[in-house]
Amino acid sequence: MKNMKRFAAFSVAAVLAVSMMAGCGDDKKDKAEGSEAAGAGEETFLIGGIGPVTGAAASYGTSVKQGAEIAIKEINDAGGVKVGDTTYKFALEFADDEASEDKAVQAYNTVMDKGANAIMGCVTSGACIAIVDQTYQDGILQVTPSGSAEGCIANDNAFRICFSDPEQGKAMADYAIDTMGLKKIAVIYNAADEYSTGLQKAFEEEVKAKGGEIVASEAFNTNDVEFNTQLTTIKGTDAEAIYVPAYYQDATYITKQAKDMGMTLQFLGSDGWDGVLDTVSDASTVEGCVFSSPFCATVDDADVKKFVDAYNEAYKATPDQFAADAYDTVYTFKAAMEEAGSIESADMIEAMTKITVSGMTGDEITFDASGAAVKEVKFVEVKDGAYQYKAE
Amino acid sequence: MKINKKTIINVIIAVGVYAVVQGLISGGMLSRQMTSLIIPICVYVMMAVSLCLVVGFLGELSLGHAGFMSVGAYSGALFLTHTELPQLPAVLIALLIGGSAAAVFGLIIGVPVLRLKGDYLAIVTLGFGEIIKSIINFMTPITGGAKGLSKIPLYTTYRNFTFVFILTVVVVLLVSNIVRSRHGRAITSIRDNYIAAEAAGIPVSRYKIMTFVIAAFFAGVAGVVYAGNIGILKPVNFDYNTSIEILVMVVLGGMGNIKGSIVAAVILTALPEVLRGAADYRMLLYSIVLIALMLFNNSPIKRAFMDRRNMRQAGRLQKEGE
Repeated sequence: MKNMKRFAAFSVAAVLAVSMMAGCGDDKKDKAEGSEAAGAGEETFLIGGIGPVTGAAASYGTSVKQGAEIAIKEINDAGGVKVGDTTYKFALEFADDEASEDKAVQAYNTVMDKGANAIMGCVTSGACIAIVDQTYQDGILQVTPSGSAEGCIANDNAFRICFSDPEQGKAMADYAIDTMGLKKIAVIYNAADEYSTGLQKAFEEEVKAKGGEIVASEAFNTNDVEFNTQLTTIKGTDAEAIYVPAYYQDATYITKQAKDMGMTLQFLGSDGWDGVLDTVSDASTVEGCVFSSPFCATVDDADVKKFVDAYNEAYKATPDQFAADAYDTVYTFKAAMEEAGSIESADMIEAMTKITVSGMTGDEITFDASGAAVKEVKFVEVKDGAYQYKAE
Repeated sequence: MKINKKTIINVIIAVGVYAVVQGLISGGMLSRQMTSLIIPICVYVMMAVSLCLVVGFLGELSLGHAGFMSVGAYSGALFLTHTELPQLPAVLIALLIGGSAAAVFGLIIGVPVLRLKGDYLAIVTLGFGEIIKSIINFMTPITGGAKGLSKIPLYTTYRNFTFVFILTVVVVLLVSNIVRSRHGRAITSIRDNYIAAEAAGIPVSRYKIMTFVIAAFFAGVAGVVYAGNIGILKPVNFDYNTSIEILVMVVLGGMGNIKGSIVAAVILTALPEVLRGAADYRMLLYSIVLIALMLFNNSPIKRAFMDRRNMRQAGRLQKEGE
């Protein structure tokens, strides 16, 4: 027994020592490799990815990492990116930020130590805001696949692939009133979630501006599973539809409980609804629901199918919108490199507003001066238990 | 404060650490990753040392230390974003405001402490931390709610390492002096035997509140430094996970051992970064190392080592006495 303990203690010391050495050794090796590869006519363009691959938001970061890897493999297999006389192959260095602000700064500095040429990240808004000032100081091109808060692209060097929360809320309001002809709408939103409140605020403002009416605005909290109070309030109004800007778990409970209460109102949702069909026990509860979405894996489209198949083969999973956003981010880097004719961040940043990217989340994505992506908002309807893009 | 040999050695160690780190920074010898770790390490050292006061010396389990940190961070950050004072006075006032605000909350939580002990107190502090988080979440116009409070001036980044380091040393010195003072003896006597302490005429309730307030004050100060390093605050970063992380540092450092808490804080803050080379297995390795460190802490090897050291020290003290 005593020996066991002694052994355990020594192994601790050994693990610590080895891990420290491993950490140091890696840095040096990577730097050496980077400089060796140079001058062979074929160079590496290192994308520094930052996102959560552990913790509560791990699924987002993992999707982004995997989506980017698919795009990188595609581009590298097709011969890389030709800029002038040199061909660049993409490589990805992905650092975990646990979706936390302080870890994001450390993750950013880690990928910079490895010699990143551009930053793909962060995946979550708060972490993204924590590093924007540093990327600006370093003058490096930063494209966030999914950081939807306003502050993520506050500086000139930062761009975004996804829609901002207000943009999406506004688009849904326009669609609801102009296309669907709804007038009186109730809202259920998560007051403790910035994504949800961002959508809710923009949606309500736009509905009012368009002459519609918000008949009820009910809040809930993260991890709530009981929505009868909110639904009862809404039932007492003359609402024609309920807008639920939230994630699919919440949407699952809300639609189910609404059906149990005998409510047959039209449900409207946000891109967080993607995946709702996998969690509902009865697909009829979400039948006819319409939600805004940049990407839907099950729609009938040749390009989407190719991406979904490649992703499925590599990771045995269906890509979500985070994977699609990351896929487009890599193609954005490619387009910017070609347009700029250089891999210097300053040139690429200037080229960003001139490029058009055809990707998974939009056929013609362009970027305006503020750094936001300009693309169509797509709407998905649940029809006969399957997702379908809604015709304009 | 009595200046003895031990104090002098501690000061030499502090100056030495400062010289090495500052030399590495200005020499550009540290990688950026390591540079970005410097301030978080200082913050967690302050957090661990202040919690050590409650958990290690008062002997009460507190699971809401991140709550005090968030109160300090938010109040200090709000001041920093609205003030137009030059940097140094602004930071000093922010530190005072952050610390005082946290101390007020320490007083509030100190009152139920009078009635509760052990597990019950732990649950109360746990609830307290969550309440703070919820309040900050719903005070959207002031705190930015779930979106977070951003655009905080970056006054305490590694560029101001000297300032943060001095602050950390001051906090550590203050706490260790409190512990060695008459009040500190009273606090530890409450931990060792509550009834005997009361019988000896020690105002137990007053000391308990005092300890909580002091610990909260320093946690608030650490929070301000945290805010000035990151530039954005979000309520989710101050949930019970953070409190427990700090508690782990104190436990790992050996309850009631300030030096141990410092070392543990440094190791546990740096470890996840050092392990980045392990990629996907990083968090797994981190947990394994954590378990292994805890085992080591209780192993006969370490105990024998500590015993030998204590014997030597006792021998020296005896000699000095003669």
